[in-house]
Amino acid sequence: MRQYGEDDLHAYIDGWLPPAERAGVELWLDAHPDSAEQLRHYAAQNAALRALYGSVLDEPLPERLRTVRPRRYRRAHAALAAGLLLAGAALGWLAHGMWQRAETGAAGSAPSLARQAAIAHAVYAPEVRHPVEVGADQEEHLVKWLSKRLGTDLTAPKLAALGYELVGGRLLSGPAGPVAHFMYQDPKGQRLTLYVSAQRGGQNQTAFRFSQENRVSVFYWIDRDYGYALSGEVERDALLGVVNVVYKQLNP
Amino acid sequence: MIEHPVLEHIPRLRRYARALAGDRYAADDLVQDTLERAVNKFHLWRPGSDLRAWLFAVMHNVFINQLRSRRHEMEQSMSELPTVAVRASQSDPLELQDMANALRGLSAEHREVLLLVALEQLTYEQVAVALDIPIGTVMSRLSRARERLRQLLSGNAPVSLKVVK
Repeated sequence: MRQYGEDDLHAYIDGWLPPAERAGVELWLDAHPDSAEQLRHYAAQNAALRALYGSVLDEPLPERLRTVRPRRYRRAHAALAAGLLLAGAALGWLAHGMWQRAETGAAGSAPSLARQAAIAHAVYAPEVRHPVEVGADQEEHLVKWLSKRLGTDLTAPKLAALGYELVGGRLLSGPAGPVAHFMYQDPKGQRLTLYVSAQRGGQNQTAFRFSQENRVSVFYWIDRDYGYALSGEVERDALLGVVNVVYKQLNP
Repeated sequence: MIEHPVLEHIPRLRRYARALAGDRYAADDLVQDTLERAVNKFHLWRPGSDLRAWLFAVMHNVFINQLRSRRHEMEQSMSELPTVAVRASQSDPLELQDMANALRGLSAEHREVLLLVALEQLTYEQVAVALDIPIGTVMSRLSRARERLRQLLSGNAPVSLKVVK
């Protein structure tokens, strides 16, 4: 009888052995019960692994895997630029003017922070089907994920008392690296976004500042190397009430 | 939004990543990073060659990089690894949850080879290409992974096993 090596036996249970050789292996296994027992176990491993993970194939894809985009960190502005294209002509008037100025602003400087945040708000707030990458139903994962990408412990402020529920969030690319973007919505559909990005150099603390970028109101501040900006198409005073709550929750 | 040729392979990349990383979110992070890298490096794929095997190769590189950057985290979780819950008596077919637990008891190198062969049903040659190792190494890792898994599942592993009644 022909001798069979271990590689043949693996090929036998994995289905890679030519049909002509299978009968030979089976004869050999009849004469080697220990090897046969071992192979039965290995075959059961194959079956168990396929049973255990087979259902993953039928799971609906999460939003973040449904579209393929180029890697986000490598080129600053790439995600925002792509976002602007998607947002289309309706926003062109708003985005174009801000984009020009944002390009000339120093990366990480405070005025640039407000403009970047306003652009991100203008791009994503009108989104009906895909306003966020990860929804509020997975808030814990969202916060953990964005914290990991930004390298700091983030929290998503709770604004339900003010009528704004968390919709979810996404990761963006900003001039100084990754940006966390949280979105909130009130019962009328009014949306606010919180933009958090690492700031390189410059001041490490500022007071609240206000900026009006066309229709988008932005309050922004820098605290311990991170820049924060709260944006919305609402009046300055209405936004001020919210930003105070946001600040207090981020700095308990 | 581009209809990219890699899109149709996402479900199988997800299945492999789920088994490799264990945790659903860590697995989808791995898939997402893999897709971004694959799209960026798509010019490196040789048209006509097996796209799926190439994507597994990209995922392998991303996975290795993630392991390196999480080495500290890994070392902490590795110290918990030798305790693998198994049932007091092993019936056939294998208990699925036992299998999920036992997989954690394999090294990343062994887990990759075993999953590509047993779950994804790649040929040994495809596995060698995807992991960039000689085929002899594929076979020896496969052999060790299967035997280690058998020990873990039979409760004969040379590690401290917590028996679940």
